[in-house]
Amino acid sequence: MMLLEMTSGAFPDRIAFTDGSSGQSLTYAQLFEAARARAATVRSSEAQRLVKLDVSNLGTPISLFTSAWAGVPYVPLNYRLTDDEIEALLKRVTPAYLVTEPKRIDRLGAVNDVATIETAAFVDDQHHLETIADAWSMDPDDVAVLLFTSGTTGEPKAAVLRHKHLVSYILTSVEFASADDDDAALVCVPPYHIAGIAAVLSSVYSGRHVVQLPNFTAEAWIDLARKHRISTAFVVPTMLARIVDALEGQSSADMPHLRSLSYGGGKMPLSVIEKAMKLFPDTDFSNAYGLTETSSTIAVLGPEEHREAEAATDENLRRRLVSVGQALPGVEIEIRDDEGNLLAPGQRGEIYVRGEQVSGEYEGRGSVTDAQGWFPTRDAGSMDEEGYLFLEGRADDVIVRGGENLSPGEIEDLLLTHPTVLDAAVVGIPDEQWGEGVAAAVVARKGATIDPAELQAFVLEHLRSSRVPQLVEVWDELPYNETGKLLRRVVKARLSES
Amino acid sequence: MSELKTGARFKSAVCDGEIMVVTSPGGEVDLTCGGATMVDAGADAERVDINPDHAVGIVIGKRYINADETLEVLCVKAGEGSLAVNGELLLQKDTKKLPKTD
Repeated sequence: MMLLEMTSGAFPDRIAFTDGSSGQSLTYAQLFEAARARAATVRSSEAQRLVKLDVSNLGTPISLFTSAWAGVPYVPLNYRLTDDEIEALLKRVTPAYLVTEPKRIDRLGAVNDVATIETAAFVDDQHHLETIADAWSMDPDDVAVLLFTSGTTGEPKAAVLRHKHLVSYILTSVEFASADDDDAALVCVPPYHIAGIAAVLSSVYSGRHVVQLPNFTAEAWIDLARKHRISTAFVVPTMLARIVDALEGQSSADMPHLRSLSYGGGKMPLSVIEKAMKLFPDTDFSNAYGLTETSSTIAVLGPEEHREAEAATDENLRRRLVSVGQALPGVEIEIRDDEGNLLAPGQRGEIYVRGEQVSGEYEGRGSVTDAQGWFPTRDAGSMDEEGYLFLEGRADDVIVRGGENLSPGEIEDLLLTHPTVLDAAVVGIPDEQWGEGVAAAVVARKGATIDPAELQAFVLEHLRSSRVPQLVEVWDELPYNETGKLLRRVVKARLSES
Repeated sequence: MSELKTGARFKSAVCDGEIMVVTSPGGEVDLTCGGATMVDAGADAERVDINPDHAVGIVIGKRYINADETLEVLCVKAGEGSLAVNGELLLQKDTKKLPKTD
């Protein structure tokens, strides 16, 4: 709440949020008052969580700050889950005050200890109580947000983020009121993802107008970016790939107002970032790496680093264009092996992180950080001599073939350099002889034809024979989720069936 | 004298200024604004006169530190008083260029 309090005190009439699809807007003062009024309603409902279930809209920042004012955790749910999955998650966070779309009210309102309200009514000023809430709790240890992280096995875990984690992250990465009157951010990441929450908080603290794009298409993004003279935006790699595709044939993106474009949430293919830097030559690009459990970003590859890498002739410096940069101030990153031993630069292992913004806590399971405060990210990676971090996929993605650990990332990176390959995913499939065998799903570039045998020979030429995929299938596209993550288990399931 | 817990909020007894503790040296210290001890933000405080030697003022959003940087506070509300800890005036922290993340 302090973040919003400061900004609404300094710039009460500046526009804070605009819903890109409806055109409706809120100023900081209106957002502050809206949170105050609705906090009273939430407190009187005796709910212990404020749950929001729908796409991005003005209700998103209102519910985030309402929950902070009311002193209950904010729980944004993934609207892409099945009805059963949503109901199961909702039951884990009752008694709840649920803000959602009309078509969900009947089914979810029937769940015990759930009070519901339609988003439109929640946003509308007419529906708040006459009384307003008094001061909010200022205990930094209070839980601010519960975010369910998708697990590949078992139930989703609820990551616990306390006010102190989020505020620490914002204070170390954002300068108060650093945005100008004409600054505008285009936010299209889903509200149930940490990047969506971080975007709201950092924009509010910097005093930067946010334009929300609830349902991403490259065309809508391009239109809104030009219409609102967007100065900064955050996308996931698949979105940037689609934007770059949609601008095919144009020599420039024609967005002179776009001063910065940040991305993260997945691996950025080299060809996409190279093309994007040419289409947006005056735009600063940043690659941000982080997790839900670390209050989002812990490492950044900044604009100058992008330019230096792109212009470099030395292979080691050029390679940094696909790194996620160095650790943020106040954050320490280490690469460790399976036993927890520190590895040297260049060696591949698991990424560990420590810092004040790191939570690592899950509801009902306590914290997974070790005694010295180090959190195991379950991401595989390596660091170079100067601390530039390179991602190699999830630690669990490792393929175990005949007792040998193989990294899918290594094979995917190689396949992506082949002239006929646009996208590639490498997974382990059951194999009687080896336990797991290497299989690849590949997507062809426009106009190219993929020859599986040719790709297998290509891998043999550059890597050891154990890396050669025994199965190569050509697909029209690879399965990604809304936040840009490759759905490996889907690829694995389909390839295993073949 | 009070222990400054990270995240704790204090207000001035001489003006409207309020701060939040970002880093703390630990132990009990006397945090003053305008020369008068700051009180818990939730508490009521009687206004007292400002000490003219502690009257440069504080600006919202700026951070203030002591000489060895063991203490850092964020100004949440502007005020006319200056901050000091155990009589030593705090300095405004330089704003380094922060990396763009979101």
